[in-house]
Amino acid sequence: MSRRSGACPQCGATINFKFSSAVQTICEYCRSILVRHDVDLEKVGVAADLPPDVSPIQLGTEGIFGNKAFWVAGRIAYQYDLGGWNEWHIVFNDGESGWLSDAQADYAISFPFAPPAPLPACSELIPGRPFQFDNTRFEVTTLTKAFYSGVEGELPFEYWDKEEVLFADLRSASSRFGTIDYSEEPPLLFLGQAVEFDSLRLKNLKEFEGW
Amino acid sequence: MSTPVKAKALNCPNCGGTVQLRGLGQALSAVCIQCLSIIDTSSAELRIIQQFKVKERVAPLIPLGTRGKLHGADYEAIGFQTRQIMVEGTAYEWREYVLFNPYKGFRYLSEYDGHWNDIKPLTGLPERVSHQGKPAATWLGKTYRHFQNADAETTYVMGEFPWKVMVGERAITDDYVAPPDMLSSEKTGSEVNWSHGVYMAGEQVRAAFSLPNPLPPSRGVFANQPSPHAGKPGSAWRTAVLLWAALAMVMFGSSLLMGQKEVFKQMFTFTQGSRGEPSLVTGAFDLDGRETNVELSVRTDLDNRWAYFNFALINEKTGQAYDFGREVSYYRGRDSDGDWTEGSSGDTVLIPSVPAGRYYLRVEPEMDPSRPGQSMRYSLTLRRDVPWNLPFFVAFILIAIPAILITLRSAGFESRRWAESDYAPSSSGDDEDDDE
Repeated sequence: MSRRSGACPQCGATINFKFSSAVQTICEYCRSILVRHDVDLEKVGVAADLPPDVSPIQLGTEGIFGNKAFWVAGRIAYQYDLGGWNEWHIVFNDGESGWLSDAQADYAISFPFAPPAPLPACSELIPGRPFQFDNTRFEVTTLTKAFYSGVEGELPFEYWDKEEVLFADLRSASSRFGTIDYSEEPPLLFLGQAVEFDSLRLKNLKEFEGW
Repeated sequence: MSTPVKAKALNCPNCGGTVQLRGLGQALSAVCIQCLSIIDTSSAELRIIQQFKVKERVAPLIPLGTRGKLHGADYEAIGFQTRQIMVEGTAYEWREYVLFNPYKGFRYLSEYDGHWNDIKPLTGLPERVSHQGKPAATWLGKTYRHFQNADAETTYVMGEFPWKVMVGERAITDDYVAPPDMLSSEKTGSEVNWSHGVYMAGEQVRAAFSLPNPLPPSRGVFANQPSPHAGKPGSAWRTAVLLWAALAMVMFGSSLLMGQKEVFKQMFTFTQGSRGEPSLVTGAFDLDGRETNVELSVRTDLDNRWAYFNFALINEKTGQAYDFGREVSYYRGRDSDGDWTEGSSGDTVLIPSVPAGRYYLRVEPEMDPSRPGQSMRYSLTLRRDVPWNLPFFVAFILIAIPAILITLRSAGFESRRWAESDYAPSSSGDDEDDDE
């Protein structure tokens, strides 16, 4: 069992993990990216400045999805041709972790999903290719080449030395969608659904002057 | 982190003019209205995407910066574009407004000829299907009929957009309708984006944005404009069916109350004489009960011939007579269209309101005088107090009239809607092409 706290190997500041299964966090004082190995914290890099943040969501935002309360523990930010988006790492009150994505204030919640068969290589994906996951038919709509633009807070895996990342977007005939993340080997599959802002009943949001 | 995010402005990298930013960083491009430059606001370099020229600047009906309430939330109009399609050499232009709420993101309003749509991009992928042999799309269990395919071009832009907008950018659009809903797909390059719209009347838009002046009235029927007659033909016909059922019961009930008593029946033979009109009188019979109708049926063995009957129903005591004439003719043959018949070898007359009493009939048959010596056999049957169905038939038709009118009006609205679509029954010149 991992300890819930430790000291930053760079500056000695106390690091408290709010999420017990967190693998990676960032020292709030010296911005070192820290990875947890059993008892030790290893500094693996320094967090770059995140791009100007436009999302109403922030670390510590709380919400409800599927009758379970969650809070926002971390974030991975991406940039691509048509703008940027955030994948917020959310932790539910039962310890499950998932992702709340926010692209120009369009929201979706997704979870890792074990593919029934190995996923094809990205070179084999063409728009229109169908997949059957979790009793739903999905279709590849776009392949997005994105740039990892930074991390924040606690994450359930190590994620810090990325540059270019390829994603395949899968859509269905409902609000369910899928994403294949080709930044890992084997690639990771996430299944999720688009959600209405109001349905998440978010608290502790960022404020916008005049709104 | 707790300091509120503020709206900003930037200086146009081309002319130095102030460009107000209302999209709080979520928009990716902004237009400098002074020099008509489109600026990429997604990065700090503020690259100029395009400088464009227009013949005439367009004033949006909802001024940018106006906030309105839609679906219970405030939205600010932050962007505006005009787009057009060409149909048979004529440009049709409509307007789109980019609406923004920092928490709920972007949605859109479109306006064409005073018809508005409240539009939200879709995350899902509607299925293109065939419905009654025509292209359609389904989304969340609803079927949308394909309305129009077009090549849309952006002709003017103002304010901010959540993508890198350009004047002249084109998209292949397909609209599918299920009034008041609409699905649209826009294909740019290999990317297809779907959106879902709901029809809005100008008054609703004016109320939502508290606009001081009335918006231009709508003209014509729009693709997904809800029909004012929607559902009415169905309910009108349901009402008609109920009334018909009631009428049939009254008809049946009244027929049970009728005596329908046969008071006289006899066979006769008539031979056309060379001169004069031989008349005959029948034996007397009683018409009893209340004052009610009498039905006379004539049956003949005429075949490719005619006869004319003068009748008089005469009250033996008072001499009051009911005079009437009947022509009976029956012809048949065969021509290039096949067998034909005309007329009937019998006839029925209803004499209303005959008081009770003892009566007899005077009959004067007449046949073609040019063929003397010809004869016919005929029978006369008199029945007292028979059901009279004519008023019921009139009522039957009257009951249908409102339903027919409502159906026609509804069909008229739908045909005006579809006249603007790719599925118009005919439009100038198209027919010849189709016939080739």
